[in-house]
Amino acid sequence: MKKYTDTGKKDTRSGFGVGLLKAGQADSRVVALTADLKGSLKMDAFAAEFPERFIQCGIAEANMVGAAAGLALTGKIPFIGSFAEFVTGRVYDQVRQEVSYGKTNVKIASSHAGITLGEDGATHQTMEDIALMRALPEMVVINPCDFNQTAQATIAAAKYVGPVYLRFGRPSVPNFTDPDEPFVIGKAIVMNEGSDVTLIATGHTVWESLQAAEALEAEGIKAEVIDIATIKPLDEEAILKSAKKTGCVVVAEEHNMAGGLGEAVAGLFARALPTPVEFVNGADKFGQSGTPSALMAAYGIDAAHIAEAAKKAVARK
Amino acid sequence: MKKSVEELKTISTQIRRDILRMVCKANSGHPGGSMSSTDILTALYFNEMNQNPATWTREGKGQDMFILSAGHMTPVYYSTLARAGYFPVEELGTFRQMGSRLQGHPSIRKALPGIFQASGSLGQGLSAAAGAALGKKLDKDNNFVYCLCGDGESEEGQIWEAGMFAVFHKLDNLIAMTDWNGKQIDGPVAEVAGEGDLAEKWTAWGWNVITAEGHDFESILKAFELAKAGKGSGKPTMILFKTEMGHGVDFMAGTHKWHGSVPKPEQLEDALKQLGETPLGDF
Repeated sequence: MKKYTDTGKKDTRSGFGVGLLKAGQADSRVVALTADLKGSLKMDAFAAEFPERFIQCGIAEANMVGAAAGLALTGKIPFIGSFAEFVTGRVYDQVRQEVSYGKTNVKIASSHAGITLGEDGATHQTMEDIALMRALPEMVVINPCDFNQTAQATIAAAKYVGPVYLRFGRPSVPNFTDPDEPFVIGKAIVMNEGSDVTLIATGHTVWESLQAAEALEAEGIKAEVIDIATIKPLDEEAILKSAKKTGCVVVAEEHNMAGGLGEAVAGLFARALPTPVEFVNGADKFGQSGTPSALMAAYGIDAAHIAEAAKKAVARK
Repeated sequence: MKKSVEELKTISTQIRRDILRMVCKANSGHPGGSMSSTDILTALYFNEMNQNPATWTREGKGQDMFILSAGHMTPVYYSTLARAGYFPVEELGTFRQMGSRLQGHPSIRKALPGIFQASGSLGQGLSAAAGAALGKKLDKDNNFVYCLCGDGESEEGQIWEAGMFAVFHKLDNLIAMTDWNGKQIDGPVAEVAGEGDLAEKWTAWGWNVITAEGHDFESILKAFELAKAGKGSGKPTMILFKTEMGHGVDFMAGTHKWHGSVPKPEQLEDALKQLGETPLGDF
C-alpha cells in the first residue's frame, strides 16, 4: 500500500490563493472578485500584485455574481470568492441565470465549505452546496483534497473554458499530494490500490480514507482509495473499474446525503453495476459550533467511521 | 448611420406592430412594457449605439453593448434587433415557438445574434452590465455599456447593489435606463410596492441622473447626449424615461392589464389600424 506523508498541515483555501496568483501571472485575463472576504479567501497576494484586476464588491454577493458574468462577457476570466453558503445557496438564482444558463466563463471559488468551517456554526456550514451545483446543467464541480491539489485545481479551472464550482475549506489539514502534479478536470485519482473494498472520497475525506485504509490493512482488508476531485463530470469509468474489482464501495464526503457524491455514485451503480454501497456523510442534518475535528467525529465523517462503513460494505458482498 | 427623428417614428411604429403581431401569433408574451420602451430601444439601436450587426460578437469588443435587464420585454428587443439587421425579420414569426432562437426570455444558448446575456429573472442585468463596463475599462475600450431596467424591476435589492458597485468603481461608461411606466403585473407601482421617487433615490446613490420623456425622440436623444457627456465624471448615468405602458394603442395605454396579456383577434385588428401601416412592412 502506498504511504502518503503529511508534509505539514495547510488549509486548502491557501492553496487556492497560491493557485489564483499563479493563474493570474500566467494569464492577464484572470480577475478576482470578493464580497468583503479578501483575507478569508487568501486573495491578498493576487490583490497586491494585480490591484486593477482585484475587484472588491462589498457585502453584496448577488451583484458580485452578475458583475463577474459581465466581466466574463468582455473576455475576462473572473474568480468570485466567498464562503460556500454565500456563493451557492444565497445566490443560487444568480449563479443559475448569469453563470450557468448564461454560459459565462466564471469560476466560483467556494471556501469554508462543509462542517469543518467549525465554530461559526450551522448558518455558515453548508452541507448542501455540492447538490445545488451538481444540479446545474454543465456545471463543473471540483472539490480538491489538500493544499497542493487545490492550487493545481485553481490553475486548471482558469484554463478550462466554462463555469466551474471550486470547493475548498477553512481548517489546516494534512498536505500530502504531489505539488507538481497537474490537475486534470474530470479524472479520478487512484490513491491506493486494493482488492476488497473501494473507498471513494472527495475533499477532506480523502486523507480520512487513506487513514481508514491503513487501519483496515492491519485487519487484513485491502482497500482501494479513489480521490474524486472532480465530482462533475464524474469519472464513471474509473469508479466502475474499481467496483468490478472490489465488489463493494464506501462513499465519504463532507456533505449531506441529498444530492452529494454518494447519490451520484449510487445512481451510477443503479444504471451500470449494482454494487453494495455504504455512505459516510452528514446525513440529513444541520451542523453546529465546534472544532473541525470534533464535528467530523460527531457527524460521523472521519477515518474511524469510514473504516466501520468499509467492514459493513465487505459483509454485504 | 443615424436615423432622423421622422425615420425613428416610422421604425417605432413598425416595431409596435411587430410586438402585437408576435404576441398574438405566440398567444403569449409581454406587450405592455415592450410598447412603453419601444421608442427608447428604437433611438438606441437606430441612432445612439455604436453597434454593427455585421461585426457583432458576444464579447462586444470595440462596440457598445446592451443588456436588457427586464428580460420579459423580448417582443420589443427581438423586433428592434431584427429591424436593425441582426437576423431576418421573418424570424419574428417564430417567437416563443418550440425550437425558435427567439425564446420567451433572452437566451444565449440559441446563438441569436445581438444577445449578450440571458435575462428574465429580474434585477440581475444591471450587475452584468456593470461588470461588462468594468471589463471595458480594464481593456481601455472607450465604448459604452447600456442597460434597460423596469421600474417594477427596481424593487429587486440587487439593482441597488449594482448601483453601489457602479459608483464605487467609477463606471462612467455605464448608461442605465429605467422604463419608468409606473406599472407592474399586479397594478400601479405606487400601489404594489411604492418605490417612491426614483430620481431622488438614484441621485442619493451617487449616480448622474437624467429624466426624459420616453415617447419624445428629441427628449430621448438629448438624454443620451447628456449621458455620454458624463464620461470622465467618474459617475455612472441613470436615465429615467417617463413612459406609458401599452403606448400607442388607446385601449392598451396606461394600464398594467397588458403587462403579460395578449389582444384578441379583433383587438389586434383595431390596434394595428390605430398604429397604421409603414413602408417597412410586417414580418
